[in-house]
Amino acid sequence: MSVIYILIGVSILVALGFLGAFLWAVKSGQYDDKYTPSVRMLFDDDDKKEENNK
Amino acid sequence: MSSDSVNAGKEILCFHCGDICKDDSIYIDDKKFCCRSCKLVYEILQENNLCKYYDFENQPGNSPPVRSDIKYEYLDDEITKKQMLDFSDGKISTATFFIPQMHCSSCIWLLENLYKLDCGVTHSQVNFPQKKLVFKFLEEKTSLRKIAELLDSLGYEPLINLDATERKSKQKHIKNLYYKVGVAGFCFGNIMLLSFPEYLGLEKLTDPEFHKLFGYLNLFLSLPVFFYSSSEYYLSAYKGLKNKIINIDFPLFLGILVVFLRSVFEIVTQSGAGYMDSMSGLVFFLLIGKIFQSKTYEAMSFERSYKSYFPLSVTVIKSGTHKTIPLANLKVGDRIYVRNNEVIPADSILFRGEGNIDYSFVTGESLPVQKVLGEIIYAGGRQIGSAVELEVLKEVSQSYLTQLWNSDAFIKDKDSKLVGFSNTISKYFTLAVLTLAFASAAYWMPISFDMAVNVFTAVLIVACPCALALAIPFAYGNVMRIFGRNKFYIKNTNVIEKLSKVTSVVFDKTGTITQSTKSEIVFMGSQLDYKQLTLVKSLSAQSTHPLSRKIYELLSDVDIIEIKEYKEITGSGIIGTLSNHVVKLGSESFVNEIPVISRPANEVNSSKVFLSIDNHYLGYFSISNAYRQGLSELINTLEKNYALHLLSGDNESERDFLKSFFKDPLQMHFHQSPENKLKYIKALQNEGQEVLMIGDGLNDAGALKQSNVGISISEDVTNFSPACDGILNSSEFSKISDLLRFSKDSVNVIIISFALSFLYNIVALFFAVEGLLKPIIAAILMPVSSISVVVLCVVATNYLAKKRKLK
Repeated sequence: MSVIYILIGVSILVALGFLGAFLWAVKSGQYDDKYTPSVRMLFDDDDKKEENNK
Repeated sequence: MSSDSVNAGKEILCFHCGDICKDDSIYIDDKKFCCRSCKLVYEILQENNLCKYYDFENQPGNSPPVRSDIKYEYLDDEITKKQMLDFSDGKISTATFFIPQMHCSSCIWLLENLYKLDCGVTHSQVNFPQKKLVFKFLEEKTSLRKIAELLDSLGYEPLINLDATERKSKQKHIKNLYYKVGVAGFCFGNIMLLSFPEYLGLEKLTDPEFHKLFGYLNLFLSLPVFFYSSSEYYLSAYKGLKNKIINIDFPLFLGILVVFLRSVFEIVTQSGAGYMDSMSGLVFFLLIGKIFQSKTYEAMSFERSYKSYFPLSVTVIKSGTHKTIPLANLKVGDRIYVRNNEVIPADSILFRGEGNIDYSFVTGESLPVQKVLGEIIYAGGRQIGSAVELEVLKEVSQSYLTQLWNSDAFIKDKDSKLVGFSNTISKYFTLAVLTLAFASAAYWMPISFDMAVNVFTAVLIVACPCALALAIPFAYGNVMRIFGRNKFYIKNTNVIEKLSKVTSVVFDKTGTITQSTKSEIVFMGSQLDYKQLTLVKSLSAQSTHPLSRKIYELLSDVDIIEIKEYKEITGSGIIGTLSNHVVKLGSESFVNEIPVISRPANEVNSSKVFLSIDNHYLGYFSISNAYRQGLSELINTLEKNYALHLLSGDNESERDFLKSFFKDPLQMHFHQSPENKLKYIKALQNEGQEVLMIGDGLNDAGALKQSNVGISISEDVTNFSPACDGILNSSEFSKISDLLRFSKDSVNVIIISFALSFLYNIVALFFAVEGLLKPIIAAILMPVSSISVVVLCVVATNYLAKKRKLK
């Protein structure tokens, strides 16, 4: 049964990982604007290369 | 790019902005445009291969402002620039512009492709809900001013406001809430998991070592919830106590504290499993409620003062040359240069030019005022016509208009004195719970001390008004969203409760019950033929006087011919020669040497523009304010439940007409200065009335602030509106009575959900006083009561909104 000690340790570590990911997401501003990215992803960016030549 | 100009019925819509084209004279290929500036934008985009702009939406553009004389020169000023830039290392700078005009995905696309139009811009990103554009640019290749001018020429006029600090703090608060919810959710989930053996009664089967380990893990996991996530409630409870108010957060604080202490005791002494799961769950749900409630309309500002109405810079004439300086540097005695459509920033004397000042936004007067040399011009008016030179008399903050902001109403915080319904209830609730806790402890004391402590803490735990505390954020948060769908945007959820208590409604006239952009124009006199209409339109096209503009707009389907001679005589009218006809438009004495005697008497409430062609009098255009649609129905319904008042800065010319709406003559007040309006509201409040002020302009700013609820009516909600509690889109004006009734309904929903949560509390108390509160009962009762209350609130408010025919 002592495997439970390891399992609990692992489960909390995994959960901590998700918590860290969430906190990072908030901090990096992903929750500041919940609308624009949904539109932006629909734009093609095929002509980005030509801009680099300018 | 195949789509032609869209034909809606017979009307041709502009390919760029979707407005109706007056004719098809402006076109490129087979695309029609309503005006030259729209065509210009199209040409710019076409040159730069940006026509994809038109692929995402039909007619996405904004017609750029006709007044091209708005100068962004002040953005070259070092001090102003510093305030504008978010970051700069001398080479690369970052800045943010607020652009209210962005409205669709095409806008986002174009603004994020700004680098194609200005090679100095390296990166630009849109935040659409906040209508902000953040961009990075190279200082040597471009400048802030150039970018602002580019955006302006594309129809995306940046609204530059230097005091944007308040917005940032709000953003930070929301971010903190997210952190707290994240931490609480993490702890709640794990504590629940570790409490499972307890729920299922497995502790007898497993090793007691596990029991101990799980207990300590729970204790450890609950620390961040107790010390970090719920800190907001402690602070609020403390603030309430300091103001001698027992608010709803106080019993919450008490509950959380007692649960935590008792659980720590149980875990450490191994006498029980504790209630850490209930505590962290409670905090988690409460914080979610808080996020739901804290929805804000980011693109709108409810705190604007005169500063955001005034220009940021002025053109000063110093030793013959024009120089743009920031408004803050303007001194008494400076000579300033004000162009067509610019706002006069300070009280000043007219020095050169013809003053024709539109005060409609400031005083409510619907017609521009003529000013001659040497006359004092008060700040806030808008010059219409040719540019003028003025000498500044008073500093900006000391002028007649801005002094209003020095009055008490602007200093005290309206929300601080709010004793809401929930706070009243929570006061009695807390007292009752404390009494009950002590009473039951006293009952058990002679039998067993342990039992007494047990019961005492159990009562405080179950009495923790979690359902109660959740009812308000979810009900009001949902009501706020329903309001938003009906284009009524409120500052925060406190406004709902205040709205429900309103007893008097005060209206402003100009721009509030009348439409600021539309007026009714009729021509009285002999029938005009097409030729004559052409002459009238061509002449009126020359003038920027609002009355000429209105006549011009009335004759939208008439052609324009070339004008030979043209003269504008200030205060009288305009005269011009067109295809050998002399056309006169203007005041009666200007057009007719001999006044026309017979005139219908009932037409006093309108402005008149007289017309003669070749000195032959033909009649006059009668231009009157157009009242908003549904005004009479609105007044009729409101009349039954509220005392109605009208405060107007305008003259009494429409008193007779308004009599049909406001029956009691004492309800109507004309010639009201901004100061008077504020005092009137104050007087009503002293009589014990809860006042709702509905206004629009700067002249209502004092009244809006003083009133219990101030609602500002706006044609375009992102435009300037004075500080207020709510902004209502003018198209929904007739819904005011429905919105008011709905606010009352929502308070009733709160009462019902309070009753429900009391019921839960009583059931739980029954367990508690008998000393039967097991962690599992607490763990079931808490979420069940919370969730059922939340569902009730949301469903009931949605149902009632539908019943009131709100969207």
